Amino acid sequence: MNNDIETMRGMKWQYPVNYGKEIESEVDVLVIGGGLSGCHAAINAAKRGAKVAIMDKGPIVRSGSAGTGVDHWHSVCTGPAATITPEEMTEEMCKMPWFGGKFCIGMGKYITCKESYDTLMDLEKYGVPFRDMDDEFEGAAFRDDNTLIMYAYDYDAKTCVRLKGGALMKPLLAQEIHRLGCEVYDFVMGTSLLTEGGKVGGRVIGATGLNIRTGEFVIIKAKAVILTSGTPYYLWTFSTELQGGAAKFYDPSYTGEGQLMAFNAGAEFINCENNKKSFSGGFMRNPYGVGDASNSWYGCPIVDSKGKRVPFVDREGNEIPEDQVFHFGKGIGGMDGMFPKDFPERIRNGEFTPPFYADLPSMDPLERRALWGIMVGNEGRTNLAVYKAYGKAGFDPDKDMLQVPYLGSDAYMKTATWMAGLTTPVYWREMARPGCNPVIDWTLKTTLDGLYAAGYVIGSTDASGASTTGRYAGRNAWKYAQTVDQVPYSREQIEKEKARIYGPVTRSDGMGWKELKIGLCRVMQDYCGAEKNEQGMKLGLKWFDSIEEQELQQLCARNPHELARSVECMTHIGVGRMILNASLARKASCKQYDFHRLDYPEMDPPEWDKYVTIRKTEDGETVAGELPLQWYLKEPYAPTYAENYDKYCAL
Amino acid sequence: MAEKEYTLYPNPITPNSAILFDEELCNGCNRCIDFCRTDVLMPNPERGKPPIVAYPDECWFGGCCAGACPHHAILMVHPMNQRAVWRRKETGNLYRVCVENELEENKRPPIVE
Repeated sequence: MNNDIETMRGMKWQYPVNYGKEIESEVDVLVIGGGLSGCHAAINAAKRGAKVAIMDKGPIVRSGSAGTGVDHWHSVCTGPAATITPEEMTEEMCKMPWFGGKFCIGMGKYITCKESYDTLMDLEKYGVPFRDMDDEFEGAAFRDDNTLIMYAYDYDAKTCVRLKGGALMKPLLAQEIHRLGCEVYDFVMGTSLLTEGGKVGGRVIGATGLNIRTGEFVIIKAKAVILTSGTPYYLWTFSTELQGGAAKFYDPSYTGEGQLMAFNAGAEFINCENNKKSFSGGFMRNPYGVGDASNSWYGCPIVDSKGKRVPFVDREGNEIPEDQVFHFGKGIGGMDGMFPKDFPERIRNGEFTPPFYADLPSMDPLERRALWGIMVGNEGRTNLAVYKAYGKAGFDPDKDMLQVPYLGSDAYMKTATWMAGLTTPVYWREMARPGCNPVIDWTLKTTLDGLYAAGYVIGSTDASGASTTGRYAGRNAWKYAQTVDQVPYSREQIEKEKARIYGPVTRSDGMGWKELKIGLCRVMQDYCGAEKNEQGMKLGLKWFDSIEEQELQQLCARNPHELARSVECMTHIGVGRMILNASLARKASCKQYDFHRLDYPEMDPPEWDKYVTIRKTEDGETVAGELPLQWYLKEPYAPTYAENYDKYCAL
Repeated sequence: MAEKEYTLYPNPITPNSAILFDEELCNGCNRCIDFCRTDVLMPNPERGKPPIVAYPDECWFGGCCAGACPHHAILMVHPMNQRAVWRRKETGNLYRVCVENELEENKRPPIVE
């Protein structure tokens, strides 16, 4: 058998284990989460003179959503050929359900539209290539002959750039971080924020972390902390038993420590009740590794088993003529083409005969080379897992048609066929975007002094969204750090945190983390599923309390790896409570959140056009409140994006 | 006939193996371990030998290990229920990834500079 359990039996843990041993440091700016956002935050604080530390559960060379690569760079509204202004694009993005519709945090989108091109220029300085210097794509419709920039998806808007070096982005950023002399804490998961006097709601003065290989306890004092961690996923579903971590789109490391530590420190949150049916469920296909026509594969013709081409429609449902696929003039999102709404019916009527195929050989050769060579060559989890692995088996895009998964007819609604989300149960859910976001001001400071946030944490998704807001938060956090002094942390807070996280290593027998993790998912499925009511959600909270008193006290970790996974179970309970409390406070159903209350069935009553906020008080209670939509364009802020940006951008 | 002895094992981990090391090419430098974003690899107690795939069930198939290997010693093995299918347009022949077939390896590199 490939994986020989016998080889591992009784094998010694290969790292020195020192549970609780304190490793301490003191910096100006601490960044928690070393993805694109965290790296740009660290670089922008460090290059202005800050002493910076960056902490990540994985290795910053490859961690985060773009760690395995990225194929496109959105929102270059200030680029040399863009035909859409930052204002127009921000407004358009704030309408899109994918970005949260009316709950979209437009402030982050505007920052991205303003700084995306400049950030791309930064990346070029760090060595990330994106221009067609050797003229491989001369004559291609997507190439600009003056700048040699290659655009993607919408060749009229020219706001999205193909990245022919996107697979190298994280290693090059990591190199820049090391060059600037930042302290790097790889394989250290953040566990809590330190606050002045150890008080909930106090100024944030540092953070603690757990080394997932050695069990050491990291304490970093900082004048400012920037939270750039991932979105909490794996809350409703978790299974490694069928296809391991490949089952989901999101890395299993994205468990929500960042959000929970900020909440526990007293930061106010919105969008916690935003979750939807999981698009990757537990049976996802290899992303971009099956016949598909979305994102990286945008524009690839899909044909049925008899060679008949399937039409695409735009967001309004109008059929897109074949020669107009790359000319929709809006420049938003990854694509505009989708299968027609009546496609399932047309399959059942016999108009189309599955299986379907991605007809790469029929494409224009330059388009095909760009799709399979640049996009699939650089996008996350495709360079090795798709491009090279398929090439090894002889796959040739010039000759071969990759099969679209054989789904039920009704599941062919999205062109991203690998997601298979439509075939999974409704109670298998996932945090949606934007989800679990601290309330921020125009400096990207949370409601806690000393704590800034960027990237996915504030709903600024996608590579350029994460990078630009990280860059902006890095500047503002350093500006703030120069105005304050270091203060000593509370010893009591440290001891309390150590007691919380090291419990599982004090037991030699008990429940393993996997069983607990799956049990916690069941609580979310049952009591915070597709249909919710007060009785159910209160039961969910009750069961979390009970699990905390019972099963969590039996949790046993036999090495630092199991301990880290055990701490993630603790996070699961904490983030689950955030979601349940916010969902209880929203006493109305809401379409954008896919939020259905059996006890408040009316959909979107106008008085609920607002955010529900939750926050922890000094005595540990969770209290709910509200915040107006687009609070960042209301008092005390100016009414336009541009005025606020100019005032707070710290440039 | 001598009776064969049978041994009790825990069930095999699924997926059985996320990656395979070519023992001829791997010199046990362990570089891949520090590139794995889900930390599923562990140094081999025997120096110079390939790392142990300690947690194949937690592998996210990002390929970071394979990309980091200076000796190209790591082969990614997709979980069986994720193995893609394709059809050669001219012949109509069907193929699957990660299994043997008569096709030659397509060595054209991606555009990553």
